[in-house]
Amino acid sequence: MTEPLLKIQGLCKRFGGVVATDDITLDIPEGELHAVIGPNGAGKTTLVSQLAGELTPDAGRILLGGTDVTSMPVWRRSLLGTARSFQITSLFPEFTARDNVALAAQAHAGHSFHFWKDARRETALRDTAHAALSRVGMGDRADVRVSRLSHGEHRQIEIAMALATRPRLLLLDEPMAGLGSSEAAGMLALLRALKRQYTIVLIEHDMEAVFALADRISVLVYGRVIATGAPEAIRANTQVREAYLGENSVAGAGDA
Amino acid sequence: MRFSFTARNLLIAAVIVLLALLPVYTAFSGSAFILTLFTRILILALAATSLNLIMGYGGMVSFGHAAYLGIGGYMVGILAFEGISSGFLQWPLAILVSALFALVIGALSLRTRGVYFIMITLALAQMVYYAGVSLSRYGADDGLTINRRSQFAGLIDLSNRTVFYYLCLALLLGTVYLVWRLINSRFGLVIRGAKSNERRMRSIGFPTYRYRLVCFVVAGAICGLAGALLANFTNFISPAMMHWTRSGDLIVMVVLGGMGSVFGPTVGAVALLVLEETLPFLIGKLGFPLFGESAARAAEYWQIVLGPMLLAIALFARGGIVGLLTRTGRD
Amino acid sequence: MGLLFIEQCLNGLQFGLLLFLLAAGLTLVFGIMDLVNLAHGSLYMLGAYFAATFAALTDSFLLGVVLGLAATLVVGMAVEVVAMRRLYGRDHLDHVLGTFGLILFFNELVRLIWGPAGMSLIPPAWLNRSIEILPGVPYSAYRLSIIVVSLAVALLLYMLVMRTRIGMLIRAGASNREMVGALGVNINLLYTLVFGIGATLAGLAGIMQAQIQTAYVGMGESVLIVALVVIIIGGIGSIRGALVASIFVGLIDTVGRAFLPDMLKLVLSPAAASTAGPALSSMLIYILMVAVLVLRPGGLFPAASR
Repeated sequence: MTEPLLKIQGLCKRFGGVVATDDITLDIPEGELHAVIGPNGAGKTTLVSQLAGELTPDAGRILLGGTDVTSMPVWRRSLLGTARSFQITSLFPEFTARDNVALAAQAHAGHSFHFWKDARRETALRDTAHAALSRVGMGDRADVRVSRLSHGEHRQIEIAMALATRPRLLLLDEPMAGLGSSEAAGMLALLRALKRQYTIVLIEHDMEAVFALADRISVLVYGRVIATGAPEAIRANTQVREAYLGENSVAGAGDA
Repeated sequence: MRFSFTARNLLIAAVIVLLALLPVYTAFSGSAFILTLFTRILILALAATSLNLIMGYGGMVSFGHAAYLGIGGYMVGILAFEGISSGFLQWPLAILVSALFALVIGALSLRTRGVYFIMITLALAQMVYYAGVSLSRYGADDGLTINRRSQFAGLIDLSNRTVFYYLCLALLLGTVYLVWRLINSRFGLVIRGAKSNERRMRSIGFPTYRYRLVCFVVAGAICGLAGALLANFTNFISPAMMHWTRSGDLIVMVVLGGMGSVFGPTVGAVALLVLEETLPFLIGKLGFPLFGESAARAAEYWQIVLGPMLLAIALFARGGIVGLLTRTGRD
Repeated sequence: MGLLFIEQCLNGLQFGLLLFLLAAGLTLVFGIMDLVNLAHGSLYMLGAYFAATFAALTDSFLLGVVLGLAATLVVGMAVEVVAMRRLYGRDHLDHVLGTFGLILFFNELVRLIWGPAGMSLIPPAWLNRSIEILPGVPYSAYRLSIIVVSLAVALLLYMLVMRTRIGMLIRAGASNREMVGALGVNINLLYTLVFGIGATLAGLAGIMQAQIQTAYVGMGESVLIVALVVIIIGGIGSIRGALVASIFVGLIDTVGRAFLPDMLKLVLSPAAASTAGPALSSMLIYILMVAVLVLRPGGLFPAASR
């Protein structure tokens, strides 16, 4: 069996008296789409922040492709292939969509101590950006300033920026949050298209999407993984039903 | 970026043409005062341009930028005092030492954010200020007169007012062009991205600290050059060059002209210093018919008008003069 | 040497407590309204000028002080309503620029009204003498009064912030502005009040300082920077931090100025020491601040929300 791309071993994080991450151990193999679900405050975003490197765990280890990245800063992990989309849109509003994505590409195309040449004329960066934007269906909106784009388009740019960094591991924090139904359908199609090409850790509240997309699902309650398994197994798991999903929502997800 | 006839570009073009033609005017009118005033304006515009690079584009509000003005000036003054008057040595050293100070100051202060950054740059600049006060060999509090301006092997004669003026203008325009190239380069996009959303910059793979630090050092170096010019201009150095109110003045110039616009600081420097010269006169003239003699007395207190103007700019004119024109140009 | 040391320590304490009066208002305004107010020093200056003027008019020191404080309170609240209120929620750069403008305005206003010469506030005879605080240790009654008054004010402020409803709102406001608004409290009034209290404290500091030196134009500026250093060291928004940091800074500054030049003479030539000494002791507090910020970027007592 090949080494999993992402290995999480005994990860712990406390904020004062609150245990946000409680001894999480997970292996995520290359190419898997792994969904993390759980009620609000279960510590999902805290987990992603530790995987991305914005938070340093109190204990435990994170290995990416066999490299220990536990104490690496965010930017170094990004260079190693971890890309993250933010739950709350986090872009450069005064730049165009293309500028935003090209900047992400630039970060992974050598150092940026170039002081003279116009970066907007670097065709390699612009092409990478355009390809990523086209991939998420934003090719024709590339030259619009981000502050003038809609929320749904922002979510798409978030994904495009992650893709432009040529990641191995995508950490997607609620990519469907706040989307209308047609936008959500578009995002679902996009995520389905990205599946297999990238290893994905997906946090999402939309259970329909989660059960439709995920290879495996981990259920997080109070910082602890109470169950990990294929969607059918999670759906059938009584502990999960009791602790979190509740009969109705499981039935709802089952109908989907 | 293609040139178009917006109000903003017209203003900038007009300012450049007027600055270029100014010595011709003063040669005819024989008024040395205007030329002296504008030489000072150009030097401070250069310093403000360097501040704009970190503040307007990098979001680093330094409240201690006058320190580099002082350091650059002191390098020239100290070397001149010690008998080294070659500008080929003085000026590069002024730039280099300013850059070194900026490296240390930046390395410390860029660990903090927001108000803490503003205050730590202020505190470090105060330390440089008191260091100047402690230099008893070089005049301590009273400062030091420079007897001989920097020598450039007969190539450039700084004692000639017109030559000095054009040198300052050339350096200013060259620096503005440099800043313009810089902010559109890869490096510039990183700096601007870090101002806009530093967390995101780090998450897409940029080690922002080192880029911000280099930017801080570049700005310090440019301001050091302005300091070398200023010392030559006044033939004098003193700790007053780096008093904290001078740092405040530089901020005012940048904001008044328009932050994040390459020519804004120049426009701001012209506006502020011309205002300083004309406000007393205007208050006296305009107030005389209304208030008689007391208007003439009030003219001495022109800052009573300038102060509320600054407040009004802070409240109503974020983009400064250039920003106002850009807005009208777009409509 | 021993006596001198005790005296300098007391002077340091006195200077520190004076700084606290300035820093308390500054840190409250900073913490609650998130406003960098460089013009806080102008209120310090105005307090001194007002008290000196009223004392001369009424021929009574105490009446002068009380009227001076009242006038500073009024000016402070007026400044808040006219200018500061519009700066809340803006960029810190706007605060720096706007309040820098206010400094210029108030300096010129004072020069226009009172002239450039400065003004002195002469303490009454009962303050203008020495008290034997320890056997054989005389100390200026006037400086002692500053210590006592400042400590009393610190205690009052503590009671106000910790024990009253207004204080509860102030503390809540410092950590969560929206919540106070959601409680249906008149935020505008609360802010005006807080700013007024801060202004009055600054005025009180100015009044007490004016008796050591005279009141002069620009007197608030150098001390304002020191007060800013204090609140940064203490942690923005923290009254307790401001008190601790004030006393620290006051002691280090005063004792440093008194003894550093002599200590330097041990290692430097006398001439060099006599110039480097004062400069180096002026730098001490800034060195302290940089050290604190490098080690603890949020100050000694960082407010919970920052």
